[in-house]
Amino acid sequence: MSSETGKILTTDGIPLEESLKQSEKKNKIKAFLLVAPLLLFLIITYMIPIGDMFSRSIDDKMVTNMLPKTYKAMENWDGKELPPEEVFEAFYLDYKILVNNKTAGKLQTQLNYEKNGFKSVLKKLARKQKKFEEGNYKEQIMKVHKRWRNVEYWRAIKRRAPSYTYSKYLKGIDMYSNEDGKIVQVSEDRRIHRILWIRTVEVAFFVTLFCFLMAYPIAHLLATLPMKYSNLLMICVLLPFWTSLLVRTASWMILLQQQGIVNDFFVWIGLVADDNRPEMMYNKTGTYVAMTQILLPFMVLPLYSVMKTISPSLMRAGKSLGATPATAFFKVYFPLTIPGIGAGCLLVFILAIGYYITPALVGGASGTLISNQIAYHMKSTLDWSFASAMGLMLLTGVLVIYWIYNKLVGVDNIKLG
Amino acid sequence: MALPKYTEPHYRIWHYFYLFVCGCVFFFLIAPLFVIFPLSFNAEEFLVFTDGMKRLDPDAFSLRWYNDMIYGTKNPWGLAARNSFIIAIFATLGSIILGTLAALGLSSRHMPYKGLIMAILISPMIVPLIISGVAIFFFMAKVGLAATHLGIILAHIILGTPFVVITVTATLSGFDHSITRAASSLGSSPYNTFMKITLPLILPGVISGGLFAFVTSFDEVVVVLFLAGLDNTTIPIQMWTGLREQLSPTILAVATCLIVLSVLILLTAELLRRRSERLRGINR
Repeated sequence: MSSETGKILTTDGIPLEESLKQSEKKNKIKAFLLVAPLLLFLIITYMIPIGDMFSRSIDDKMVTNMLPKTYKAMENWDGKELPPEEVFEAFYLDYKILVNNKTAGKLQTQLNYEKNGFKSVLKKLARKQKKFEEGNYKEQIMKVHKRWRNVEYWRAIKRRAPSYTYSKYLKGIDMYSNEDGKIVQVSEDRRIHRILWIRTVEVAFFVTLFCFLMAYPIAHLLATLPMKYSNLLMICVLLPFWTSLLVRTASWMILLQQQGIVNDFFVWIGLVADDNRPEMMYNKTGTYVAMTQILLPFMVLPLYSVMKTISPSLMRAGKSLGATPATAFFKVYFPLTIPGIGAGCLLVFILAIGYYITPALVGGASGTLISNQIAYHMKSTLDWSFASAMGLMLLTGVLVIYWIYNKLVGVDNIKLG
Repeated sequence: MALPKYTEPHYRIWHYFYLFVCGCVFFFLIAPLFVIFPLSFNAEEFLVFTDGMKRLDPDAFSLRWYNDMIYGTKNPWGLAARNSFIIAIFATLGSIILGTLAALGLSSRHMPYKGLIMAILISPMIVPLIISGVAIFFFMAKVGLAATHLGIILAHIILGTPFVVITVTATLSGFDHSITRAASSLGSSPYNTFMKITLPLILPGVISGGLFAFVTSFDEVVVVLFLAGLDNTTIPIQMWTGLREQLSPTILAVATCLIVLSVLILLTAELLRRRSERLRGINR
């Protein structure tokens, strides 16, 4: 029913265009309201805590808060010569409070990180400060220990003045900022983190490669076999996929132990002597074998779903045009499977790079990865800011990979089973 | 896959080699699971096949580890199993409700910022578990939910929803929206339309997403390790502790039960997948 003014009106007399716009807006709000509960839930319980990890990783307020007067007095000190009397006085007052509250130990540990030997100097001061008289604190403090005359120690205190630090990130790659503020590597025998990073990437890379090499043939077989056989074989892929990770790790622990079946088999075929059974667990071998088997289904499933869509007539056409089976495979079939390869490889790589349980159980000392180090700092040393820093470094790596994945394949193409 | 008669010999050899490789990979995938089964019936305390077992001597087999699992003194498995089921069931329900609603919203063509929101919603699946564990632990500790069932359930909802969102969105991708419009035009209320039309059609997707969420929660150990106190111990935590300290046959008995459970879940998931494909008219 069109009106005489030329504008189309709804039965309510509102122009149709406006009415449509309104309903569009209503639908938009409706759709958003459906998503909102989950979105809010995830933002509050997940996204913000991850952001919180960042502030925790750069947080260095502990020392700043323990010595408020000192840092106020130090503002005008250039750090070239010994600080003036007012800094000494402020430090004495701050430190007295800490000693009385029995929290001086924390400061001693923290400042000892900055300058070796600071702990004993501070401990001595804690004992002597009770007898201090009012006034001329500079003399009195310097009398307690001669190191208080050394400007290096005061510089060490000043270095902790900012309430944030990136030193945890430097520590994560075995660097630190030395007394002159230069960023240098830690001594060679203490470079443990870089080895772990390299090992994590190496393990993730090779596990991905092994998974690809093993998954490609079986995905191809599953995609080309008639349904009734492939369904049966698919169970071999899906059953491990649905089985508890710990169960699968446990079975590898049984298989790979020194008296285990794999070693028995090697002895039986004469590969190794009975009294010389190799260690296959609690090292990198164990990590590789177990992780490859555990992550293999994640490679097979995306490959399978891509291969299933490739028509077999393409290969036949290639062959009928004179290509050898090998040429037909590499020129026709293989390029068509690349989306599946991309999806599978990145999925496995992302999962492998953050793996924790399996390396912790079968990895021993030489097979643990960066996530084991994060868990160690969370649970044992309680250095949560360092754990957060390393976690975020790992997360950055994963997000970069994810971003590449999104560019190459598209997140919407993730398929489950 | 029989080869045609005219196949040349070296292709024939290559083909059999290919089948052999495939056989090896399938064996590698599935065989480790079957080691646990016989060893859990071992009469001895060792985790190797005893001579008696190799001779199939009935005396070499026993149910003592199953007995120990259920009736053993000071045994943690009863409490762990109860906790695991409670946590997994509530986490699954939470994931299903939040995930399905979000998927319905996301599938609407009116949804603004679809890509960004989808990325946020499935991020718990992409972020390594150890990082999720640390972040969630900080949150739960701050709000006082660490070492409570509720805290663990919420954590598992976070980890489980992406699966529901993905499976339900996939089911909705083949959904014919004119059906719901037809229902509305015939006078059905939105709630009624959802319950009577939409939900039955997307149910396979919802349930299979729920299964993923259930398995994720039931099998999850990294986040629980950070969150659980002594009262919230779960089956994975107990297995983890057992595997770290001493691999006892009781763990294998538990593992066997878990494998049986996963077979059941696999069967359910497969049936649902087929039903869903039939409903969506995908013929293969």
